[in-house]
Amino acid sequence: MSTETENPPADTKPKVKSPPPKPVAKKPEAAPVELPAFEKSISDKIVEKFGDKIKVGFVKEDRVRINVGKENVHDVAEFIRDALNYDHVESVSGVDYPQDNEIEVVYHIGSYSESSLARQILVLATRAPRETNPIPGNDATRLPTLRDIFYSVEFHEREVFEMFGVFFEGHPDNRRLLLPEDWADLPPLRKDFAIKGR
Amino acid sequence: MTFNLPSGLALQKVDERIMTLNVGPQHPGSGHMRIIVQIDGDYIVACDPDPGYVHRGEEKMAEYRNYITNIPHLERPVIHDSCNVLYPYVLGAEELLGIEVPERAKYVRVIASELNRCIYIMYWLAIYGIFLGHSTMFMWPAGDRELLIDLMEKMTGARVTHAHFVPGGVRNDLPPNFEDVCLRQVNYFEKRIKEYAAIFYDNPILIARTRDTGVLSRQDAIRYGTTGSVLRASGVDYDLRVKEPYDVYDELDVHTNVMKEGDSYARSKIPWLDMLESCNIIRQALQKMPKSGSVRVKLKPNPKTKGLESVYKRVESGRGSLGCYIVSDGKVEPYRVKLSVPSFRNLIALPNLLKGEKLGNMPSVYWSLNYWPVEADR
Repeated sequence: MSTETENPPADTKPKVKSPPPKPVAKKPEAAPVELPAFEKSISDKIVEKFGDKIKVGFVKEDRVRINVGKENVHDVAEFIRDALNYDHVESVSGVDYPQDNEIEVVYHIGSYSESSLARQILVLATRAPRETNPIPGNDATRLPTLRDIFYSVEFHEREVFEMFGVFFEGHPDNRRLLLPEDWADLPPLRKDFAIKGR
Repeated sequence: MTFNLPSGLALQKVDERIMTLNVGPQHPGSGHMRIIVQIDGDYIVACDPDPGYVHRGEEKMAEYRNYITNIPHLERPVIHDSCNVLYPYVLGAEELLGIEVPERAKYVRVIASELNRCIYIMYWLAIYGIFLGHSTMFMWPAGDRELLIDLMEKMTGARVTHAHFVPGGVRNDLPPNFEDVCLRQVNYFEKRIKEYAAIFYDNPILIARTRDTGVLSRQDAIRYGTTGSVLRASGVDYDLRVKEPYDVYDELDVHTNVMKEGDSYARSKIPWLDMLESCNIIRQALQKMPKSGSVRVKLKPNPKTKGLESVYKRVESGRGSLGCYIVSDGKVEPYRVKLSVPSFRNLIALPNLLKGEKLGNMPSVYWSLNYWPVEADR
């Protein structure tokens, strides 16, 4: 995604309250925005391992975003768990982009066991092709599941399947979760499913 | 089972000893949720939770309303904990809109969210009492909860759905003399809930029914990605108010309650200890709060964000870490709002905990997960 900001916004506060910088009069636009060091080191490790298979979406305070294609998402997730000690997924969100003909699935990954990562969230985003007339489970909208790497995604991926029609290959239990059993409409969180009266 | 056969309705060939039992969705032992259990005699061999009976599409609705008008409906998933369920959304909207919050508003938010945490836990505790057939434990929390609800009514004007947090601060300043009333009520409340130990937590019947049932080990608690009291009852020291302090929590002294047992007893005791800690936090916040000043930054009508941006914020709610992922595309409405709610995250533990338990232990294990069906369904 080229539209994501590469640098943290200038108004984020540093963690440690430092005395306010006095000389602001110097050319403020030329000062290079400094990326947070620890977060940069995390993204550097992933870049070092995977090179140009991945793209760093942003490096902000406590948040690192990695964009990866669907063919590499499984390997990257395995590396994140084994080498970087992230151990659970907090949230799996689908985002529909009809203009790109793609559906993005975003994993927010955190760590309980590594104390230095307690504040960190690693955002792993991948995209699946989108079909105009979806047949959930039987069309090209497919992604490899991460359930064998992060057990905690099981129900989250089921939710993304019913709400966006993204089928997770290898998921042991691809059933509906929240929607009624007789739901026969479009997956409801897609943008072309409109709410009545709006 | 294939995915197009609805679970619980599809015919399955099973062993003759095994019986399938639908608990819920209208059963008082499950809330608005169905738990499909397969039992062999008195023992549960498999369990399949089936949430979704109160799914209201909050996330879809949020794509049609602007950042301010989203507030009243996004707090609906947990009306007893409405300040906390709204908190991450408000923090995220502030980051997207680039708003700095006044210092006094941050303290008011902390007080409101701690009061709400107690209100939620008291309601949860009352239901836990009734699940275990302990009617005193239903009456006492349901009554003592009124103290704090009255405080919230003074502060916000509403008893449950406050809609008090807005991007830029809180809706209204505190009423005159609120600090004194709050301190007095919180002190009395703390004295009251300490008495619960004698009738509930030290009660041999409760201990016999909950000790060593539904044991969740530390490794599994981490692997399942559980959160809040479930995680801390399994010995993981993780509380976002300490680990990733938001607003003014870094200026307050917050103690994290951790127990190592991981059974239903520990999971039922951690929220009670959290309430005692909340009383400490409220007292500290009342003391450190600036006595005057603005509590709200005025926003332009229909504020817009800068462009295509995303933000993920999380807070520690009454049930655990509650995250909100907002994607904005520079329009008046958010492009996508995703609530990552603790009840939904803890649900994954339920089938694993119930396997091998007695059917009679199901209510105590289920409700000790601090599960709120409406929140999980959103």
